[in-house]
Amino acid sequence: MNKRRPYVRSMDGWWRKNPFFVEYMIHEGTALFVAAYAGILLNGLLHLSRGEAAWNAWLDGLKNPWYVAFHMLALVAIGYHTYTWFKIMPRTMPPVIVGGKRLADGAITGGGLAVAAAASLALLAAVWGMAR
Amino acid sequence: MAENQRTIEIEVLRYHPEKDKAPYQQVFQVPFTDDMSVLQGVQYIKDYLDGSLSFRWSCRMAICGSCGMMINGKPSLSCETFLRDYYPARVRVEALAHFPIERDLVINMEGFIEKLESIQPYIIPREARTLAQGEYLQTPEQLNVYEQFSSCINCMLCYAACPQFGLNPAFIGPGAMALLHRYNVDSRDGGKAERMELVASEEGVFHCTAVGYCSEVCPKHVDPANAVNQNKTNAAADYFLRFLAPKGGAK
Amino acid sequence: MKAIRKRSNAPIFWALFGAGGMLSALLGPMLVFITGIAVPLGLLLPADTMSYANMLAFSQNLIGKGFIFAVIALFLWHAAHRIFHSLHDIGIHAGTAAKLICYGGAMLGTLIAAYALLAIGF
Repeated sequence: MNKRRPYVRSMDGWWRKNPFFVEYMIHEGTALFVAAYAGILLNGLLHLSRGEAAWNAWLDGLKNPWYVAFHMLALVAIGYHTYTWFKIMPRTMPPVIVGGKRLADGAITGGGLAVAAAASLALLAAVWGMAR
Repeated sequence: MAENQRTIEIEVLRYHPEKDKAPYQQVFQVPFTDDMSVLQGVQYIKDYLDGSLSFRWSCRMAICGSCGMMINGKPSLSCETFLRDYYPARVRVEALAHFPIERDLVINMEGFIEKLESIQPYIIPREARTLAQGEYLQTPEQLNVYEQFSSCINCMLCYAACPQFGLNPAFIGPGAMALLHRYNVDSRDGGKAERMELVASEEGVFHCTAVGYCSEVCPKHVDPANAVNQNKTNAAADYFLRFLAPKGGAK
Repeated sequence: MKAIRKRSNAPIFWALFGAGGMLSALLGPMLVFITGIAVPLGLLLPADTMSYANMLAFSQNLIGKGFIFAVIALFLWHAAHRIFHSLHDIGIHAGTAAKLICYGGAMLGTLIAAYALLAIGF
C-alpha cells in the first residue's frame, strides 16, 4: 500500500502573506484607475460628438469636487503605475549591452522614467501651444 | 560548543502523511552559535530533539540546490541563511511554497523534473558536424549572452516565489524557462523553433504576470523573470509572424 | 507524456496590454493632470484649452483622432488584461465569464470610441 499522500497547501490570501506580493497587488490595482479614467474620456468623447451643449455640460461636470478628488487619486495611482512599469522593465525587456557590459537595472528604470518625464512635458507644451 | 551560545526558537511545519491529516507547526528550542545556518539548526533538531524530522540537504555551500525552504515566508537556501539574523525572534521554517508536501520539509518535485525534461535541456546542434571539423568555438560575447542563465542549480526557490505557479501548477514556470532560454540563446544551439511549441503554449510563458519575485529570491542571480519575459516577446513575434515565416513554432 | 500542446492566444491581449501599459506610463499622469485637474480648476493652462471649438478641431484632425482613439482603446485593453489576471490572482477563476467581461468591456469601449470619432467627422 502506498503511504504517500502529498499535501497541497491552499493559495487563499497568498498576496497578503508577503510584502512583495502586497506591492504587486497594489501596482496591479492601478489598472482600476486606468480603466475608470479611460471611461471618463470615452464619456467626454461621446458628449463631444453630440454637440456644443452636451460637451459643455460634460466639461462643467469635471469641476465637481468629487471628480477633481477622483482625478487627484488617479494621478497618484497612474503615477505609481508609471514608476512600477519602469521598475520592472529590467526584468521584462531584453538585456541592453553597452560597451560589452549589460546595462544596470537602475539605468534602465531611470532612463524609462526620464523618457516618461520628457514625453509628459512635451505633451503639456503641445497642449499649451494648441490652446493659445 | 562555544561559550557565546544562545537558544533560539525554531518553528517547523510538520507533516507525516501516515498519521497527519494536515500540516501543523511545532516549536523547538535550539541552542546555536553565531556561525550556525538555519540548516544546521534543523539538523540539530533531527540529531538531538526529534529524529523523525525529514528534510533534504547535501552540500552546505549553496551549490547543490537541495536545502531550499520557506524561512519566515521567504524562499531561501537554509544553508546560507543564518540563525543569528533572526535571534531573538522565533524563526519559522516550512517546506517550499506551491509544491505538494511529501513529508515535513520535503516537497514533491516530480512536476518540476517533468518540466525540466520537456524543455529539451541540451544543445540541439544547428548543423551536423563531424569530429574532423573540430570543436565549436565561441567568443566571450557569445558566452555572455547565456552564461547567467546557465547558473541555475535547480533549487526551485523561484517556483516557491511564483504565485502564478502556485495558482496553476501546469505553468512551465521560471526555472525551467531560464534553462530553456539558456539553450535558445547559445550560439551552438539551433533548437529555438522546436522549443517554441512549449513556450507559446497555454502552459507556456503567458501565465507569468511579471511579479518578479522569482529573480529576487534566486540565489545564483539567474534572473528567471527576464528569461520568461524575453520569451513572451519571442512567442508574440512567433504568433504574429508565423504566417510570414516559412517555418518554426507550432501550428 | 508528450501531449499535443495548444497554442495560447495570449499574445494578442498581451501585446495590447503592453502597448496600453507603455502609453499610460508615458502620458497617463500628465493626461489626468491636464483633463482632470488643470482644466477644471483653471490652473496653468489657458481657460479655453478644452473649449468645444478646440476639442472639435482636435478630434477632426487625423492625428488628433488617432491620439484620442489610441489613448482610450489602449488604456482600456491594458486595464482589462490586468484586471482579468488580478481576478485570477485573488481566486476568482470565472474563466470564460471573466474573460468576456474584461476583454468584452474593452472591445465595447473601443467600438464606442471608434463610432464617436467617426460621428464627429473629418
